[in-house]
Order: sequence, then C-alpha cells, then structure tokens
Amino acid sequence: MDIIVCIKRVPQTAEAKVEIESSGKDIVKDRLTFDMNESDMYALEEAVLLKEKFGGTIIAISLSCSDAEDTLRIALAKGADTAIRIKAEDFDELDGYKTAQLLSAVIKDIHFDVIFTGCIATDDAYSQIGATLAELLGIPHATLLTNIEVIDSISHVHRELEGGLQEHIEISIPALFTIQTGINVPRYASLIAIRRAAGKEIKLVGQNEISKDQLLLNTQIEELFIPPVAKQVKIITGSPGEVSKELAGIIREKGLI
Amino acid sequence: MNFDLTNDQKMLQREVRSFAETELAPVAPQIDVSGEFPWDNIKKMAKLGLLGIIVPEKYGGSEFDFVSLAVAIEEISRICASTGVIVAVNNSLVSYPILQFGTEEQKEKYLPPLCSADKLGAMGITEPNAGSDVAAMESTAKLEANHYILNGTKRFITNGGEAGIFVVFAYTDKDLKYKGISAFIIERDTPGFTLGKHEELMGIRATANCELIFEDAKIPKENLLGKEGDGFKICMNTLDVSRIDIGAQAVGISQGALEEAIKYSKERKAFGQLISNFEMIQGMLAEMATQIHAARLLVYYAGYCKDKGIPPRFSKEAAMAKYFAANMAVDVTRKAVQIYGGYGYTKDYAVERLYRDAKILELYEGTSEIHKIVIARELLR
Repeated sequence: MDIIVCIKRVPQTAEAKVEIESSGKDIVKDRLTFDMNESDMYALEEAVLLKEKFGGTIIAISLSCSDAEDTLRIALAKGADTAIRIKAEDFDELDGYKTAQLLSAVIKDIHFDVIFTGCIATDDAYSQIGATLAELLGIPHATLLTNIEVIDSISHVHRELEGGLQEHIEISIPALFTIQTGINVPRYASLIAIRRAAGKEIKLVGQNEISKDQLLLNTQIEELFIPPVAKQVKIITGSPGEVSKELAGIIREKGLI
Repeated sequence: MNFDLTNDQKMLQREVRSFAETELAPVAPQIDVSGEFPWDNIKKMAKLGLLGIIVPEKYGGSEFDFVSLAVAIEEISRICASTGVIVAVNNSLVSYPILQFGTEEQKEKYLPPLCSADKLGAMGITEPNAGSDVAAMESTAKLEANHYILNGTKRFITNGGEAGIFVVFAYTDKDLKYKGISAFIIERDTPGFTLGKHEELMGIRATANCELIFEDAKIPKENLLGKEGDGFKICMNTLDVSRIDIGAQAVGISQGALEEAIKYSKERKAFGQLISNFEMIQGMLAEMATQIHAARLLVYYAGYCKDKGIPPRFSKEAAMAKYFAANMAVDVTRKAVQIYGGYGYTKDYAVERLYRDAKILELYEGTSEIHKIVIARELLR
C-alpha cells in the first residue's frame, strides 16, 4: 500500500508567550521552537502501521521553508521512505486553499492508495487542507478518523462526531483521511533510524516544477490579535446558606445542571 | 569552528527529550522515593538504542559519537538523574572498555546483551578502603589453571544490584603496585560472586547501588580484559570517557532545575508582584543559565576531543568538564531551591530532588579534588 502523509511544521505555543509581530498578521516566531504538528504525528504513525501490515511505501510531504527539513527527517526516521519539501519560499503568501493546490500539483503525479493528513494544524487551526486536497485530486475523503481498517481496497473508518458519537463508514481507496489525535501511540524513532534518516536526501520541488500562474488564494488575514482578558469573577458574600443558594441559582441559570 | 549539532544529533536530542518528558517524567519522583529500579523504561530505552549509543551497529549498538552520548545523557538527566546515570554507566563504564580493550570474542559475547539491556552493565573499582586512591584496592585475582580466583569487596556500585555483566578490577600482582592491577569481565551468575549491602543514597536513589562480594569467585581465564597489568590503564582511560557523560548528567540536572526555577518565578507572587520581577531572582537565573551554558560547552568540547582524537589523551579536557559541571550543578540546584524558598525544601517540588541528585556529581567518577589534581598535573608537565 502506497501512502502519502502531509506534514506541517508548527510553532510550539502551549507554554510560550505568544506575541503579534508588527505587520499584525503573524506571530513573532524568533524565540519559538518548532516541531511536527501533533495530529500529523498520529497520521504518520497510522501510515507506518498500515505499511507494516500491507507493505508498500510512505512518502512524507511538506510545504514549508528549509527549516522544516528537520521535521521531514524525523518523519523519515519514524518510518517514511522518502520525503518531499515543496519550497514555501517560492510561492509567496499561502492560505489553506493555495497550500492544497500546491500539494495537489505534486501528488497528482505520484501513485498512492491512501493520503493521510492531520485533522487540524495547531497553529492556524483551519482544518481545510485534507478535504480541499481530496476535492482537487477528485478522490473521496473522511475526516477526524479514530480508527481505520483496510480490507480488499475498502477502508472501514470510524469518525469522531460531537457528543461522544462515532460514525462508521466505508470508502473505497484511493482516498484521503484526516487523522484525529489518539488514534494510535506514535513511536519514538530509534537511534539507528535517526542516523540513517540524517543522511537521506529530501527531494525539493519549487517554482521550476510548479507553475505559479494558476495558484489562487481565497482567504486573506486581516488581523491577528490577542483577545482582551475580561474580568468575569463574581465574589459571593453572605452566610454559607445565602452563598450556596445564590451559587445554585447561578449554576441553574447558566444551564450548567 | 562550528557549535551546531549535526542533523542526527539534533534529531537524537528531539527524540530523547520527547521520550524523557513523556515516559520518564511521571516515574522520576516515584522512583526517587521508592528506590525501585526503572526496568520498564530501561527496556524501552534499549529498544531505541540508548543503551549502546557509542557501540558499533554490528554489536547491536547505535554507532553514535561521544558528543551525541553527552546530548542524550543530558536530556535523560534533565528529567531523571537516576536513569541518566544508569544509561551512562552501561555506555561508558562497561560497553566502552569492552569495546576498546576487549577481544573480538568478548565484544561479540558481551556487547549485544548490554545494548539490548538483556544484561545491564556495572563497573567495580571502588572498595570500602579504596575510593580516590584506586591503587589502594585490596581485591586480588590469582590464576589457577583456567580460572582467576577473585577475592574482594566492591562498594558503591551503580547498577550493581541489577546488572548482569560487570567490569571489575583486582590485583593480579601486588608487587607491581598500580601496574599489577588487571580488569575482568564478570557475569552475575559466577560462582563465589554475591551481592552485599544495598546502599540507601541521598540522591540518584533508583540506581541499585550495591556492594559486590567476591569470595573465591571463579572467573574464566578468557574473561581477562586486556592483558594482566592493564587494569589501571583501562580504568583511567574509561574514567576519562565516562567524565564526559557525568558532566552531561550535571548539565541535564541543572537545566531541569533552571527550567523549574524560571517557571516558578513567573507564578509565585511576593510583595504584590511576581518574584521574577525582583532583580535578585533575575540575578540568580542569569547566573544559573550562564553557568549551565559554560558547562555544556566544556562537556561537548570534551566529547569533541574524544571523537576527533585531539588531543589523543584528553584527560585534562574531560576532568575540566566534569569538575566544572559537577560544582556548577550543586550551585545551580542550590539556587533553584533558593528561588523556591521554603517550598523548595519540600518534597512537593522537583528542585528538592534535583539538589540531592546533584551532590553525587562532586563525588563519583573522581571527586572534584581529584579532578583538580589531574588538571594541575597536566598543566605542570
């Protein structure tokens, strides 16, 4: 089974102080560390599990600047056979649609059975690459996978819905799936795999290979801002009986019970 | 001059950090209290190749260099100092001398189980009456037919209680003084070899620190490491190498303490503001970061010297790295406790453990005083 995994390198902002840069359209990135997008790690692991079961190859592909080659090498160390970097520096401003077009331009010439992407990128949280890419390639897709089994070219997948529901659907392959975190336990790369991956070549694709003429943006960031912190603390005073009565009233009023 | 880690070193750093933060962090405070040896994590680390970082692939190792070993030990120790030294001992104190001085048969027999952690390694130099004064050791080994008969007691042996393969030093000829010391590879099930007292340590409490007792222990003749009389050379050469990763352990423990201290200083308020606003706290943080940076560069440089073979004997560089890093770690972890104030003296916060863990660094693999002697001796040649 030949699998393509789309990988994004994202800033790690969970414990960092996020500031807006002077253009007002991006965050200050100099002091942030970067790593593979979380759900992409699960997508990669799912690809490796399928490869272990069915054989085949895994191609990791990323639209990114050269710094992301470290991230692609991690993908190689964890089980990808080859890696492609689409040179983001060649294609000016990017949004989800344009990113999907660029990925599609490269992937359309590659044989694949399955494409995996993460279900969401932790930086822009657009969640649109998977579905858009599938449409551009003219293949079916399913999002938010929590399980996948492939039997005789039919993929049986579970999708995570709201309210704790799961949906079971069947899709023939080739198809694209976006992977939810928790679907598996991503492995650590062994040191030997790291050493081998370090020397592997990463294929570069840029404006010489992809014409910029047809590429379209359909969104534009107007402004990034940090929402003002609203004070929503209410101190209830009085006797324990009065306090608990008022508290119960507030909880009921807000529909929390 | 290039201060960058290579691609593979950066990846190794990322993976080991990720492993340590996910797998070691939940266990580290528990094993500090219980003293339980972290076998589960050691087995997982063996699968990743961390037990044989510097061992060639043909013997089951990962075939990385000594700078990489330092990077890995630093990342492990940043989260768990006990696990850091367990891995360091297996790599530098046991696998390295077998790799460097062993016969092909010894390498093929002992390195694969050390790398896979089927059998963990431990080294026996120290004795009840011989610490820094290695030549004062009393253990003896006498060749009788096809076996050496070994008698003696080794004390304070990291991994001792759980190891399966030991590199142990004993006199084969006392008259030759230190030139009469020989090294042996000893298996756990050797007749006449038993474990003695388990030490309750102040820090690095999950390292199975144990006494080794040899009473007419029968060591097959072919388990002599190097030649008779090579023991002191093997011992000193091995300690030079192991000082790289004990320096790295010091850097890791200190980095962990600094990160805890920064986090706490940005949460804790006093006099109506965060304590990170106070210049005395800022001063301590700045000193800690600078000390760690300096130690890290010394440690990496010692690893670089070993990897490049320049200078061929790098005793001074290794001693400088370990001496500076060990003292630095004690000071940095003390400052971390100081920033936490009274809370830092409780077991509710990691800095208390890190402070205790750091103290051993000034004592094992050569005390700080011994390192100064080594450095001065090189300067005064």
